[in-house]
Amino acid sequence: MMRTATRTSEVATTDAGRRRRRRGRFLLLRLLQGVLTLLVVSILIFVATQLLPGDVARVILGDAATPERLAALRVQLGLDLPVHQQYLNWLGGVLRGDPGQSLVTGRPVLDMVGVRLVNSLTLAGVAMLVMLPLALLAGVSAARRRGKLLDRLFLGTSMIANATPEFVIGSVLVVLLGTTVWPILPPVALLPTGQSPLMHLPSIALPVLTLVIAGGAYLARLVRVSFIDVMSSEYIQMAKLKGLSERRIVYRHALPNALGAVIPAASLVAAITIGGIVVVEYLFAYPGIGSLLLESIRSRDLPVIQAVVLIIAASYFILNFLADTLAGGRDRRA
Amino acid sequence: MDIPSGSPTAGRASRAPGMARRFLRSGQVRLGVGLVLATTAFALLGPLLTPFDPLRSVSMAYAPPDAAHPLGTDNLGRDVLSRLMAGGIHLAWMAPAAAILGVGSGAAIGMIAAFRGGIVDAVLMRTMDVLLAFPGILFALLFVSIVGPQPWLLILITAIALMPGCARVIRGATLPFTASEFVLWGRAVGLAPRRILVGEILPNVTSPLMVEFGIRLMLAVGLLASLSFIGYGIQAPTPDWGLMVSENRSGLSIQPLAVVAPIIFIVLYTVGGNLIAEGAARVIGRTEGKVR
Repeated sequence: MMRTATRTSEVATTDAGRRRRRRGRFLLLRLLQGVLTLLVVSILIFVATQLLPGDVARVILGDAATPERLAALRVQLGLDLPVHQQYLNWLGGVLRGDPGQSLVTGRPVLDMVGVRLVNSLTLAGVAMLVMLPLALLAGVSAARRRGKLLDRLFLGTSMIANATPEFVIGSVLVVLLGTTVWPILPPVALLPTGQSPLMHLPSIALPVLTLVIAGGAYLARLVRVSFIDVMSSEYIQMAKLKGLSERRIVYRHALPNALGAVIPAASLVAAITIGGIVVVEYLFAYPGIGSLLLESIRSRDLPVIQAVVLIIAASYFILNFLADTLAGGRDRRA
Repeated sequence: MDIPSGSPTAGRASRAPGMARRFLRSGQVRLGVGLVLATTAFALLGPLLTPFDPLRSVSMAYAPPDAAHPLGTDNLGRDVLSRLMAGGIHLAWMAPAAAILGVGSGAAIGMIAAFRGGIVDAVLMRTMDVLLAFPGILFALLFVSIVGPQPWLLILITAIALMPGCARVIRGATLPFTASEFVLWGRAVGLAPRRILVGEILPNVTSPLMVEFGIRLMLAVGLLASLSFIGYGIQAPTPDWGLMVSENRSGLSIQPLAVVAPIIFIVLYTVGGNLIAEGAARVIGRTEGKVR
């Protein structure tokens, strides 16, 4: 870094230009690869849902339906077409923003998924908003007291939280704060239909806390390591020699640099949070896409299953892509 | 990187066992191995020693602990201690099986990708990317609802979910060795690629493999227990730790022990796996001069 600055400006600009071009090409490649991946995923989802046991027409009409009515309904739903035709019809619908109708309720899938998706995004968003400053504070505090009691305590607890599955963290929180030890929060996140979870903050406190602990432990450890790295780097040592105050070094120099490494990791944690949301929503009976997925699998509501799985896979991909972009186009995977 | 000089084969023969001993000298690794072994022993021997039939009701539902039932009874009046002792066996064999399968296949893919390079590398690693684009639990939900909650399917899905991450790490760990002295030597004297991979490269990636195994064991326990919890793993009435947490949730305010007891064992197991991984990573960090 220092060396490039002392070079002639001409060399520096072409260097930067080349780096920017390479970075642009890498991101474009990742984007293309991501779209291809999602396409493969959509095929997998479609085939998998087609393989689900149970006859959709019979699910809708019930056991008493006559063979004629069953056949008529299959034609109406397009279930008599060959599988690849059904896939193309479905994909065309998804791309036009119309993933079809629910087989169980008869409502458009988009309507059913929409509300649930907003609920889930709210839950994950609130969790991330709480998690980021806490993880930063915990990680930096531990790093600044490296090797001392507080640091060891932090390493121990975050290691345990990191190893514990979400449903266990959630259940422990329910025992501690919901039912038994100090019952101050509702153990179930029941929301009146049509109301934003933000209007019922106590109800979503426990699911949010679960996601915060599950993702925050990992993130805080990353903050700690990256802060230690930055603090032991040459230019911070230089700043210390120059006699800058400890405060100034930490807040003006070390923290911004440590953040550079942490922000991509944060979007990775967001992706992990999306994965954990299925279990957490089930645990707290929270009306989001995770619990919608479980309900629709149980009732064999294929269009809803397909839509929800595709949404989760897409958001997973977007967050990972964001992590790549924020990491400055460097290949994290190497 | 301390690549053995002189005769390459002599160098690596003494390396692998030395590494294992060094790992076991780390307190963290020892504690982790101890926790995993203790939990496994409890889970394997437990079913033989249950004081009551774990499937039969012996009292009223959610009875508090007493002399006969030290952990009380569950939602159907079954003895919690008996169900706890009988409920770990699935996790105790399925999680290591999935971890071994996932780490084994992931390591093989990573090593082959790094060793062969070019198109083989690209195809293998891009396939891993596709798998990584999918949270493991979604895979499991879809396939378990298609095939049913068979143990082999649960193991297979968990292994597939663990494989791609491991393949990336091991590929990265293998790359520096693909141009090392003894691999070039092996290629020059015409050793079969398989022998170079197994005989020369594998002993050199044992340390990252150890870390990977710890992490993947922890993740396998988590995924399998979570699946049981949401009803897509081991099915009722079979006793199972993950399932017990979900079965007895409604009685939490009366009989929290029925939920807390299986939770403690799940956590002991996953923390054991994580301790192995962290301890091993620190041992590697020390040998490479990075102590954190």
